[in-house]
Amino acid sequence: MSNEVEETMKRIQSHKGVVGTIVVNSEGIPIKTTLDNTTTVQYAGLISSLADKARSVVRDLDPSNDLTFLRIRSKKHEIMVAPDKEFILIVVQSPTD
Amino acid sequence: MDTITFAYQKKRSEFGKQCMFSDKGPDLIDNYPSNPKLIRNYILKDPIGRATQCAPVQAEHYLNTTRAEYSNAIMNHIEGGWPKDVNTADEEQTKRYRRKVEKDEAFHHTVMQLCRNMENCILQNNAINIYQQYFSDVEPTPLVERSSARTVNVYQDQSTPTRPVTHISWSPDNQTKLAVSHCNLTFQAVVPNQTNYSYIWEVENPNLPLHTLRPEHPIVCLEYNQKDPNSLVSGMFNGQVAVWDMRKGHEPVELSVIENSYRDPVHNVLWINSKSGTEFFGSSTDGQVKWWDTRKLSEPTETLIIDLSKEEQTMANALGASCLEYEPTIPTRFMVGTEQGKVISCNRKGKTPQEKMVGKFSAHYGPVLALQRNPAFLKNFLTVGDWTARIWSEDCKESSIMWTSFHKALLTDGAWSPTRLSVFFTTRSDGILDVWDILQQQKQACLGVKVCDEALRCIRTHDAGRLVAVGNQKGTTYLVEFSENLSMSNKNDKMLLTAMFERESKREKILEARNREIRLKLKARSGVALVEEPTQEAAEGEEEPGEEIPVDAFFDSSVKQAEAEFYLCIEAETAPPPEEFPEEPEMIAEIDEEPVEPPPPEPPVEPAPPKKEKKGKEKGGKKKKK
Repeated sequence: MSNEVEETMKRIQSHKGVVGTIVVNSEGIPIKTTLDNTTTVQYAGLISSLADKARSVVRDLDPSNDLTFLRIRSKKHEIMVAPDKEFILIVVQSPTD
Repeated sequence: MDTITFAYQKKRSEFGKQCMFSDKGPDLIDNYPSNPKLIRNYILKDPIGRATQCAPVQAEHYLNTTRAEYSNAIMNHIEGGWPKDVNTADEEQTKRYRRKVEKDEAFHHTVMQLCRNMENCILQNNAINIYQQYFSDVEPTPLVERSSARTVNVYQDQSTPTRPVTHISWSPDNQTKLAVSHCNLTFQAVVPNQTNYSYIWEVENPNLPLHTLRPEHPIVCLEYNQKDPNSLVSGMFNGQVAVWDMRKGHEPVELSVIENSYRDPVHNVLWINSKSGTEFFGSSTDGQVKWWDTRKLSEPTETLIIDLSKEEQTMANALGASCLEYEPTIPTRFMVGTEQGKVISCNRKGKTPQEKMVGKFSAHYGPVLALQRNPAFLKNFLTVGDWTARIWSEDCKESSIMWTSFHKALLTDGAWSPTRLSVFFTTRSDGILDVWDILQQQKQACLGVKVCDEALRCIRTHDAGRLVAVGNQKGTTYLVEFSENLSMSNKNDKMLLTAMFERESKREKILEARNREIRLKLKARSGVALVEEPTQEAAEGEEEPGEEIPVDAFFDSSVKQAEAEFYLCIEAETAPPPEEFPEEPEMIAEIDEEPVEPPPPEPPVEPAPPKKEKKGKEKGGKKKKK
């Protein structure tokens, strides 16, 4: 069971351009990560709050709606956030062009 | 007497007794006559001011309610919400906690789900850059904006009866002020109570003029000195010029001596780009152009009489100057528009008057009311007069390179837009301000704004290009603002305009050259066959068609034949209602033709057949041209 999870995460990490992967729980604690501790903690804290805010925006505009995915594209990377009730999956990828 | 006392006595035995009232007449107790001597202690004060107030009684109290207490507190949250029992510093404990979470069933499901979505996006990213900017090197096309205009401010003539606006000038200090001159130009108009005032307005305040100018005679034109926002120069109705300083009150600082001034109202004054900044020149309908120095207004520094004859210049032959143009970047040249409709391009540095008046253009049928060079293309200038506006190129002397059609109302003034190179404005006597954009359409104005019901008299553009001040016959000045697309130039505009002007100038030059050729040929021919000419003329139509015309002059048989053919045609064509005469050999306009034969000959630019022998060929050629 946990092997599958491990495998999947390894597979994601092995994709072209992926810099790092983090799984954060609803309390902001990074559960799994492939980056170093300081970076992980930074990402976990900042992205969790941003994802929460994004979700509240979507739900405020239309209560029947919900946030499914969040993509933040910057000059250097793209941060992809897949939110869920309990956990948040964060992947940082560099564009390949 | 200080106090008045009256004592009455009652017996004790009578206390408590019922009062018995009886009528009694008035009883004089004491009499105090007035003492007139006391009046000397008093002064009569009339009137006396007393203040009273009738208002509800109010009281003022202060009260301070309990306020919410605020305090600023900051918290630095470094790490996530670890439960209380886990010591963050202890690595063992955190690891254990983490592993516990991983074992959770929900964790597994959730992460699998999320990973699936995520993988999609990652692969998508790897496949194609979804945020790629396409067409980033192509310029965004300018949005097609509907042209519009709106009146922003209205400045009324402050004196009654109102006089028409004759000239408007913007001040040089970022153009926050507007100088408007009013003058009733009707010859010997006697309107009672008409004042001579002209006003300087602040653009923001249309209620009250900033400054009033009170000359002895009405001001016809008024110009701000572009280098000094306080000084103005004006031309008056009686031919004098005056210098004003805004700080020095309502009278002119100096007036020119009337003997050395003009004999007619001064219609235009313009400042000259000189080192001292005190030189200006003006023109008037008496035909004189004089240069002045503001420091010495007793006589002009130079005079030029607009007399086009080759002999000595006299005032008797002078052409009245109705318009003056000066471009500060070309300091020695200037242009004069005359009342007869000619535009004369002059060079101040010429030694003789003939040298001074370099170029002549026959512009309009009436006085040239506006004359301005295009701010970007100095060789091209705009003239406005009678019912048309024309654009000229200095190289083409015979005709304008572009012109508008004849309007229904007289055009009174015109100006180029300083920012958008292809736009010019014209004002009409039916109150409409036309905006022409020659890059958009040449046949009609791209925007016509009905500013007011009276005739518009003059226009002046603001240097920023969006605002335009127009003055009307009733003395009201309107400030009109245009939309962006009429005031901003695009990058290609200059190129396109250059191409357009060149094309039109080239066309005119070709026509000019052709005309010259024809004239030369005609001159040559007239030297050879003098007799031919008059008969040709006669044949042309000064007499009625079909009349007997002496044919003996023709020696050439083909000419005879041609002539015979010609008469046949005439007879054939005059029988039915007359139409165009394509067979008719056309003569150039030098020969005056009476329109006995319809239609009147074609405009002079149409080339005429050079020789009669080539008539047949020419016919075909002409037909094609038509």
